[in-house]
Amino acid sequence: MTRTGRLADGVRALAAGVLALVHRRRAATDPRPGRWQVVTVTGRPEQVLPGGRWPEPLRPLDGAVEVWARPAPGGRGTELAVRPLGGTPALAGFAAHLVGDDPGRYLRQVLRQTRQLLETGEVLRADRSPLDRPAARRPSRPGPEGTG
Amino acid sequence: MRALCWEGTDALAVRQVPDPELRNARDMIVRVRRSATCGGDLPLLAGRVPEAATGEVLGHEFVGEVVEVGPEVRRHRVADRVVVGAAIACGACWFCRQGLLACCDNGTSDVATEPQWGAPAAGCYGRPARLGGFAGGHAEFVRVPYADVGAFAVPDGVDDDRAVFAADAAPAGWHGVELAGVAPGDVVAVWGAGAVGQLTAAAAVARGAARVIVVDEHADRLRMAARHTGAEPLDHRSVDVLAELRERSGGRGPDVCVDAAGPPTGPARWPATGPDAGVALREAVHACRKGGTVVVLAGGSTFVDRFPLGAVTEKGLAVRGGARVGPDAIPALLARMARDELVTEHLATHRLPLDRAAEGYALFRDRADGCVRAVFTP
Repeated sequence: MTRTGRLADGVRALAAGVLALVHRRRAATDPRPGRWQVVTVTGRPEQVLPGGRWPEPLRPLDGAVEVWARPAPGGRGTELAVRPLGGTPALAGFAAHLVGDDPGRYLRQVLRQTRQLLETGEVLRADRSPLDRPAARRPSRPGPEGTG
Repeated sequence: MRALCWEGTDALAVRQVPDPELRNARDMIVRVRRSATCGGDLPLLAGRVPEAATGEVLGHEFVGEVVEVGPEVRRHRVADRVVVGAAIACGACWFCRQGLLACCDNGTSDVATEPQWGAPAAGCYGRPARLGGFAGGHAEFVRVPYADVGAFAVPDGVDDDRAVFAADAAPAGWHGVELAGVAPGDVVAVWGAGAVGQLTAAAAVARGAARVIVVDEHADRLRMAARHTGAEPLDHRSVDVLAELRERSGGRGPDVCVDAAGPPTGPARWPATGPDAGVALREAVHACRKGGTVVVLAGGSTFVDRFPLGAVTEKGLAVRGGARVGPDAIPALLARMARDELVTEHLATHRLPLDRAAEGYALFRDRADGCVRAVFTP
């Protein structure tokens, strides 16, 4: 093969690689930003949605999302699903994520809080940022010596 | 209070920070008596964790004394001496009820940054808040969420220097041999002679392994492993590890290979991914006998290229992972410590006041002065 031919092959291979990369990245973008977000929660559907009522973290979303619950296979509890009403949001994918308006991410957070509330009785709270907290107040002296 | 804070790549300092406070009904506050360094902190120290923020408090292995309990805490009272497991787990979700506490659904507080591998696992002390983590135990006080699940009373006969290793290092080793199903007569090879590697070797011996071989490049660590666990040392700088392991296992290869070498220790410019990463894992896969089990105890969040997938499929290997260990093994390990069947205090090669914790981490990171673990007293 001539040097020109090898160069052309190399360019073609490079172009194919770039196209493949672009294709992969495109394929990785969720084509349905309004898809169902689902978690599996301990308990039966009638415990998760008693009398059809939504658990506390979901209630503020009444009118903005639709919800269903069904038994999970193998005794794993209840599959609880949420998705936005009204189809695709104005911004989708990475753009929505950048501006903090990713409904999927937000709904996953709400579902996680719902599951924590149902399974542990409360929503686990993060440590507060040092900027939000008061100065030290406990005595810093060592405690009574034990066996250590 | 004083706490060891991350201040940027390779920069740690003990600073005054606000006291922790009860945030949930199942929380308690512990006054820390001892805390230990861990290899799992080194990627953060090296700047490999982009979610880390200046001022975050490190440390996930600690023992201390209860000073405050939330209204829903049932198993602990003020003044109890407790060891706290590194993983934060609720004890109520499906995973916890299956005994998979390290996979807890409810152990993190947020999904601000969803992990690249999918669903978040159990929470952890001393991990970035943006990853759902909680302030660490290299401090005078620490908040302990789900206290009834993750904290355990320390028997009177077990001192702090021994008990601190029941938080994570000893459970990690125990978990590794349990994952692998180590049985009497097995040949077990362990990569890494740090605290987790040595405690993996000790656990394998306790489960009746016929031979336990520890692979490392630090002669002092290998000597320590041999002395305290009965394992056979193998210095990979001076021997062909694969040939040596074949010879010591009747040509079969070890039944179980455990990668306890930990994540890369160096700064971000050092290879964390690519062909130079995962050397121990590749060696473990190549060494393991047909149908054997490879356990990876601490891969961190790194990617490893050139993984020998063909060896896994051709030899029919089982590969198990466990970056974090649930606290369920801690009571049994404390009981073994109380009977002197599990001795760990020799691993604390450097005992320092908390104010010198940055120095302790430098020694630990660089494996300097024979450092296996630095243990701090606030």
